[in-house]
Amino acid sequence: MALMKEFKKGLWDVIPPFRLVLGLCPTLAVTTSAENGAGMGLATTFVLVCSNVLVSLLRKVIPSKVRIAAYIVIIASFVVVVELLMQAYVFALYQALGIFIPLIVVNCIILGRAEAFAGKNGVADSAADGLGIGVGYTISLFVLGGVREILGNGTFLGAHLLWSSYEPFTFMVRAPGAFVSLGVMLALINWISARLEARGRNAK
Amino acid sequence: MSFGDYLLFIVGAILVNNILLAKFLGNCPFLGVSRRMDTATGMSMAVIFVTTMAGVITWLVQYYILEPLNIEYLQTIAFILVIAALVQLVEIVMQKSLPALYRALGIFLPLITTNCAVLGIAIINIKEEYNFLDTVIFSFASAVGYSLALILFAGIRERFVLARIPKVFDGTAIGLVTAGFLALAFSGFAGLVGGH
Repeated sequence: MALMKEFKKGLWDVIPPFRLVLGLCPTLAVTTSAENGAGMGLATTFVLVCSNVLVSLLRKVIPSKVRIAAYIVIIASFVVVVELLMQAYVFALYQALGIFIPLIVVNCIILGRAEAFAGKNGVADSAADGLGIGVGYTISLFVLGGVREILGNGTFLGAHLLWSSYEPFTFMVRAPGAFVSLGVMLALINWISARLEARGRNAK
Repeated sequence: MSFGDYLLFIVGAILVNNILLAKFLGNCPFLGVSRRMDTATGMSMAVIFVTTMAGVITWLVQYYILEPLNIEYLQTIAFILVIAALVQLVEIVMQKSLPALYRALGIFLPLITTNCAVLGIAIINIKEEYNFLDTVIFSFASAVGYSLALILFAGIRERFVLARIPKVFDGTAIGLVTAGFLALAFSGFAGLVGGH
């Protein structure tokens, strides 16, 4: 039960990058299509789960003074693993994500979870936490990438979706569109949760 | 490259391929410290200083340590360690020798370790196979571009206090939308340097 709770909080209560406003650079940069978004999300999830588990295992060994440096080394090691795996098995995605794969190291979500959760909790809880946050992040990137791909390119996962005379709104897949669509989506989530809260209060 | 080429290279790095608005690097501190002008300028100075130094040192590490030993695959780990150590070192040296500057930059120095613009620029320098001089210029110019965007954005954001913002957009959401329009303004520079 407790494990389920740790897992589920990442899906809505603290879903990154909306509730936990961290890891914005990859969010903005790679969500030009749903596929890239999902790929980035899965790579981040892998690193997040592995680093959470290892940090949690070593939490009694690492002296608190040098913990941040130790966490960064742990995270960087798993990022190198992901980098080499992606280069070997999904080369097209590796090229599409480019510089943002090594930059998973400085994705503050991962260091944030190591510091805020895995450094203080048991292995199973930390793995569940990492998986929940990772899946939440993947869903966010997939949805954001999907919206931008449909509006900006008229396709979804590479397949044509909209009518043939649809004029692609290229603003959406360019840099400014990334900022605006993320901002609008954040506002939408704020609105939904305000509604849910109001309903909760009325029910009482 | 001639002098004119360098000038175009610098303008390109500052305005056209702005590291923050066109390449999306360093967005967390961008939204975090841009609420007030003085924190934005403090962060900008720290970024310019550390990015230029990190660019130079990681270039040396890549070509004089990693490549001779054939361990390029350790690039990510090596670079992040170099940056973390550099930030610590800069902090200690500055505290002793330049206490005034240290007080001004204060809390922004440790924050820079997780600023992906620093690691990003270091990796771009290697990916684009820049020579040593190009690396110095590119690192510095990109950091200046970052600062320009950050300070402009802080100037706009200070006005939010006076504006009536819809409640659901309050905070980060309106910040992101504003950043989008700033990026739109910067994309107007795209025709300035040929070949883009």
